[in-house]
Amino acid sequence: MNTQEITLNMGPQHPSTHGVFRLILKLDGEVATGGTSVIGYLHRGLEKLAESRTYPQFIPYTDRLDYLASMSNNLAYVQAVEKLMGIEVPERAEYIRVIFAELQRIASHMIGVGTFVMDLGAVTAVFYPFIHREKVIDLFSMTCGGRLTYNYMRIGGVSHDLPWGFVPRLYYFLDYMRTAIDEYHQLVTGNEIFLSRTKGVGIITPEDARSYGLSGPNLRGSGVRYDVRRAFPYGIYDRFEFNVPWGETGDCFDRYMVRVQEMEESVRIIEQAVRDMPEGPVMAANVPKVIKPPAGEVYHSTENPKGELGFYIVSDGSTKPYRIHIRRPSFVNLAVLDKAIIGWKVADVIAILTSLDFVLGEVDG
Amino acid sequence: MVNNIISVLKEKFPEATIQEDIVVVPFQSLLSLIELLHGEGFDYLQDITAVDWPDRFTLVYQVCSYHLSTRLEVKTDIPKENPSAPSLTPYWESANWLEREIYDMFGIKFTGHPNMKRILLDEDFSGYPLRKDYQ
Repeated sequence: MNTQEITLNMGPQHPSTHGVFRLILKLDGEVATGGTSVIGYLHRGLEKLAESRTYPQFIPYTDRLDYLASMSNNLAYVQAVEKLMGIEVPERAEYIRVIFAELQRIASHMIGVGTFVMDLGAVTAVFYPFIHREKVIDLFSMTCGGRLTYNYMRIGGVSHDLPWGFVPRLYYFLDYMRTAIDEYHQLVTGNEIFLSRTKGVGIITPEDARSYGLSGPNLRGSGVRYDVRRAFPYGIYDRFEFNVPWGETGDCFDRYMVRVQEMEESVRIIEQAVRDMPEGPVMAANVPKVIKPPAGEVYHSTENPKGELGFYIVSDGSTKPYRIHIRRPSFVNLAVLDKAIIGWKVADVIAILTSLDFVLGEVDG
Repeated sequence: MVNNIISVLKEKFPEATIQEDIVVVPFQSLLSLIELLHGEGFDYLQDITAVDWPDRFTLVYQVCSYHLSTRLEVKTDIPKENPSAPSLTPYWESANWLEREIYDMFGIKFTGHPNMKRILLDEDFSGYPLRKDYQ
């Protein structure tokens, strides 16, 4: 019987592609023999825009890169500018930054994990993470007024101090979070159907992971123990005790498990940060009113929930950057998809795609 | 860690200017420098980008090592007319999409690239937006 390869278009509008992403699949029956990713539907020209904005004016743009991890994007950018200008951030601001970055990691992984399980068909499983995420967003919203994009970090510190009542609510959230993760383990992690759909599916070998420049949970799921917070500690991350979880096989289950365990570790970090946080100013005293970094360049990267976010800034001594390049983890991570789906059925293609946890805002910039 | 590799580079590439972790090489030495770094355990090409100066382009590579926790920035200049550079896809797969983005935005072609096409902008788009003279 003659068979033929068909080309199937998972078009830019598709409920399972998590944004405007196009995947042109070549199928032999139901098995994918190849795929071509087409991106750029959400390209907004942020790097070009940066050249006509002042340094502080660019901070809200960083919110909209990976719009599920705005705090972390803010942090990477302001730390890059501070490195360029040699500004030291006060202690209290450093602790606040860590608390918010780790809360953001929890919020982002909630979506990553929730949508992953939803795409396998267990739609109920996405509602629990979104409920937990609401608690994090409530904390953010009471501090800076935003639910998704915050514009909270500033060059030299944070915009303003924590509001009254924040710390008790944070403690309540941390206790709640521990039971939430246990509940999730009970519901999902041991589930037979979940395991058979994710164990051994979409294996990315460590060699491939390294060559494709993966970072974040995608990389650590394949067994490569690289975390920017340990390799190039930024801020005050070297003061905290936490484990970096990693997987053995590099399948979808490992990437899922790494994200869940990272949330547990984030809770540990937040507890330590709240315990040790001193009183004091939240903005460096010597930051000039007009930000004019000296001519030069800097590259700074941080461990975002999606991977390693890097900012390369070239300054010509004026108030506007000469060039800003954003090393976007979702962009680099997504390249491995074309290889990882070969040999898997259509349903598994969706599972592998979602397990990479990318955000189109960051892929396209 | 980074000091070891810097002394190796100073020895093998006297024409390079090295300051902390930034290595500036003339264009002819780029490929052999990359070859050396790739062989010395630098298995992570973190980023490639370009900067548009009035008289030249500068290519900036962030070459890192996962297990050595080291990062080096390699810079080289290329002329504005017919800008091109060798593709690093034989060494690291991450170069594939990163180089396509630079071609898309600056028009710098990478010889030997398996798929030298635009990646973010439309196929029919004309012009290279991140160039300073783009309207």
